Amino acid sequence: MIFTTVSNEPLTGQIWRMRLTGEQVEVRAGQFVEIQLPSFFLRRPISICDAESKDGRTMLTLIYKVVGGGTRELTAFGYGDELDLLVPLGNGYELERSGSEVMLIGGGVGVPPLYLLAKHLRAKGKKVSVFHGFNTASEVFYEREFKELGCKVTVATADGTKGEKGFVTDAIKAVYKDNVKAPYYYACGPVAMLRAVKSQLGPDGEMSMEERMGCGFGVCMGCSIETRSGARRVCKDGPVFKAKELIL
Amino acid sequence: MNMMSVILSGVELANPVIPASGTFGFGEEMSGWYDLNCLGAISFKGTTREARYGNPLPRIAECGNYGMINAVGLQNPGIEEVLKNQLPRLRELYKGVIIANVSGFSVEDYRYVCGLLDSEERVSLIEVNVSCPNVHNGGMAFGTTAEAAAEVTRAVRAVTKKPVYMKLSPNVTDIVPIACACADAGADGLCLINTVLGMRIDIRRRMPVIANRYGGYSGKGIFPISLRMVNQVARGLLQAGYEQVPIIGCGGVETAEDVIEMMMAGASAVEVGAANLRNPMVCKEIIERLPEVMRELGIAELREIVGACA
Repeated sequence: MIFTTVSNEPLTGQIWRMRLTGEQVEVRAGQFVEIQLPSFFLRRPISICDAESKDGRTMLTLIYKVVGGGTRELTAFGYGDELDLLVPLGNGYELERSGSEVMLIGGGVGVPPLYLLAKHLRAKGKKVSVFHGFNTASEVFYEREFKELGCKVTVATADGTKGEKGFVTDAIKAVYKDNVKAPYYYACGPVAMLRAVKSQLGPDGEMSMEERMGCGFGVCMGCSIETRSGARRVCKDGPVFKAKELIL
Repeated sequence: MNMMSVILSGVELANPVIPASGTFGFGEEMSGWYDLNCLGAISFKGTTREARYGNPLPRIAECGNYGMINAVGLQNPGIEEVLKNQLPRLRELYKGVIIANVSGFSVEDYRYVCGLLDSEERVSLIEVNVSCPNVHNGGMAFGTTAEAAAEVTRAVRAVTKKPVYMKLSPNVTDIVPIACACADAGADGLCLINTVLGMRIDIRRRMPVIANRYGGYSGKGIFPISLRMVNQVARGLLQAGYEQVPIIGCGGVETAEDVIEMMMAGASAVEVGAANLRNPMVCKEIIERLPEVMRELGIAELREIVGACA
């Protein structure tokens, strides 16, 4: 599908936000797009941060980190430029599995898909506590946006320049202490973070995984991970998995 | 017969375009993008005797916009599961010609899987992969010598009456004697090429990108290589007196023009592989564009151009 760039600008040093508009698509929180770029053979998978539909059109918000040639090329697109997207891809989070209180846990560029999730959870009237981990204060983004949705936001930075000092699990510990049963959680971030979260909070939650992909729609088997229920494709069977399925 | 139809060992395809094994799963996921019934045939994911998880990750490395390297390592549910679940489901989605792609780690593996497929009426043709570069102690080793390729061919020939097409590796010094050895051993046809052994290095980490170190390079960057090898085999077979051994050309095909070029080189039908991963609609788009290109080039019937440059 062809989408037209509306805006594309940096939020922090390496994190960019792009908005695109195109034909209406139904998006679940946790799903992603695959973007075709002129200089690269494979598309780039980017998680969907927000999707707003009106009058048969959908505005997508994508937040991405510039990590290589592909994402660097993406920064060159501006107002009016067209991009070929496959959207929506992947399964998305299950909103119904959680109760009236939930936790969202994001690390770095794992934060964006949690935004649409928070929006949907808040629309269902759930109480949403958000824990975000970043390396340093200058890398923090979307704290205000989550607060505006009515979420309680706690930020942790590894160097202590903002919020709790340490990892996101330290921030969770500071809020929930040791004896409080944490509610159902939804997490997205680096594997090291997911591993720490699972060992801290147990298997009662969902986690979004990231892997180097070929196609993005389940045919090439490039991103298959071993799980407790056998081989699963991150792009098609995921990217969201029940935490208890994952071998981290 | 319509102007785009082609014949592979008595099996008629409505057009020459076949998604290549490993880039199309078992059709289910692709059926979400378009109606699969426009396809000339479908070659399903390489299937082995036992279920396989495949290689460790990362399995994919990119090569600019020329293509990609994969080292998936034949992840598949195993032949019994495929016969029970994937194949019936594929038949529901697709009424056309189904090609079973088979791989193995021993001659006995190939014999076993092809023996089971022989009585499977939904399969019209068997493509025997002796050229996977991503599995140890087997796979490609069978496709890299004429003797081993012939041994697999004979074993498979003995257990099935279905047309047998041997899928050959480009990672050899001279592909023609291997092709002739397969034909001698009873292969009905050939499919070439599988991926070209390649490598990428992450220069920041000083490590191979692919966990398995090397992988199979595919995509438009290999088109001149596959075209050359199809042509060499087509000419070699003719010179050796094999006039009825059709070739399925494969490697880097992305456009309707590529399909025609591949057929002129000697292919009776053409597989589209890595391009499916970049653009899931590519096979449908090629098929829709073919009549226009045929008109431009003054081609009345596609099968007439097979081997025009052989």
